[in-house]
Amino acid sequence: MDIIEVKNLSFSYNGEETLKDISFTVKSGDFTGVLGPNGGGKTTLIKAILGLLPSEEGRIKLFGRDLKHFKDWQKIGYLEQKATPPKLMPLTAFDVARLGLLSSKKMPRIFNAEDNRRTLAVMETTKCLEYKDKLFNELSGGQQQRVLMARTLVNNPALIILDEPSTALDGSSRDSLFEMISRINKNSNTAVLVITHDIADIGKYVNNFIIVDKKLIFSGDKHNFCRSKKVTDYFGPYTPHLMDHLHSEGCCPFAEEYKYERH
Amino acid sequence: MSVIEFLSYAFVQKALIAGALIAVITAVLGVFLVLKRLSLIGDSLSHVALSGIALGLITNTSPVFMAIPVVMLSSLGIYKISASAKVHSDSALGIIAAGGISFGLIIAALAGGFNVDLLSFLFGSILTVNSAELILAAVLTLTILTLVYLFYNDLIAITFDENFAKTAGVNTERINILLVLISAAAVVIALKVVGIMLVSAMIIIPPTAALQLAKTFKRALVLASLFSITGVITGIYLAFIFNMPSGAMIILTDIFILFITVILRNYAFKKRRTADTD
Repeated sequence: MDIIEVKNLSFSYNGEETLKDISFTVKSGDFTGVLGPNGGGKTTLIKAILGLLPSEEGRIKLFGRDLKHFKDWQKIGYLEQKATPPKLMPLTAFDVARLGLLSSKKMPRIFNAEDNRRTLAVMETTKCLEYKDKLFNELSGGQQQRVLMARTLVNNPALIILDEPSTALDGSSRDSLFEMISRINKNSNTAVLVITHDIADIGKYVNNFIIVDKKLIFSGDKHNFCRSKKVTDYFGPYTPHLMDHLHSEGCCPFAEEYKYERH
Repeated sequence: MSVIEFLSYAFVQKALIAGALIAVITAVLGVFLVLKRLSLIGDSLSHVALSGIALGLITNTSPVFMAIPVVMLSSLGIYKISASAKVHSDSALGIIAAGGISFGLIIAALAGGFNVDLLSFLFGSILTVNSAELILAAVLTLTILTLVYLFYNDLIAITFDENFAKTAGVNTERINILLVLISAAAVVIALKVVGIMLVSAMIIIPPTAALQLAKTFKRALVLASLFSITGVITGIYLAFIFNMPSGAMIILTDIFILFITVILRNYAFKKRRTADTD
């Protein structure tokens, strides 16, 4: 099933074209890495998919429904690049994580004991239970990221969208984060879309790549990614290094072949 | 004069009840507005209220009842101008405030200049609150608290992070419009307590004091309400005793409470840091 369907999406900001004619699909069970340079439109693309930007040209469908009519937000877990809550916001880590359940509640959207139990369980999974009663604003960047990850996962979403999720994390936390996401992806066939500009973060977990630099440079599975001329042209002198890295992570079976051709 | 004697006057009782009700609604809404950096909406809307009040006085109708729809419409104007992304929200507040006060001054000039009634709204006159205004305050308090209860978690979500709120299925536009509309109604009724000049202080100071100490959102709402009620009751009492303007005494009491809470917060912070170092 197509979880995300983007067709001919274009978006301009202050007269400057940020995205041009982007088309791709994400299917159930896909783990897709979105790559591209800073300012290449990765975050704009995600925001457009989630309806956070005024609609422009093109068509977006989520779970088979046109974005304008999409209502099943409990199916989506979204982690923004950076949380910037108000300075004096009196919410504990637990309160913030539990907000993720809001999309599954009916009016008046009041949380109950079952919601609290689910929140505590997911906070244990994302390893932020020990500071559940601390104010969110008083946590370190890495701790906040774990809490926001709990908020993203608490609804058991069918689509997880992560915008640079590892920025505030150290090396081992980064690995365990992607291990966890990968487990969820495999065990429950959850579609995952991850933005990163460091391919080393996600190389061994993804099965699809999208490269965006204002326009779509590449969209496809990792086998095609490793053989694509568009990819090698795009990465230029960094290509051998990239392919060797992907091969060492066991995710690019054609790297040896590529290496051979290179020599 | 003793407190018992002070409380024995019927007009004082009426003023205290109305003041306490208004203190609760401005405090509760103020917590959301302060956190969303919209606290100056009170200042802007109170200036617009001058037009409504002047209109009420010139047409010989109730100034408060006339001001409520005028201010509510203007609050929608502020929301729409801010949301257009072509004008910053602080500029939108300034534009609407300037338009409101200019319009009010022209109506006042047409009516032959300022009179006592208009001046009472400039500086507040809680001791002259009448029964209709008391009932209005009670109805508004009940309505606003019910709406805050019904949309409590939606309001928290849009205050924490509006993009997240949208992806959590919150109709952010509807909730933001609801927030500015009920704030508009609260601003008009609060004019009776502290006047146009000081109404934004009533929205900003007690919530800011509460946010220094509160660890949860519910506690912030309760503390802000308690601080605000304390400010109103103490301010009215002090104004009565020293024959001073009640609005000014209420706001000075609020500032004193804020000062204490900032000291308490700094003390708690230092204590925690010492404990962490040990």
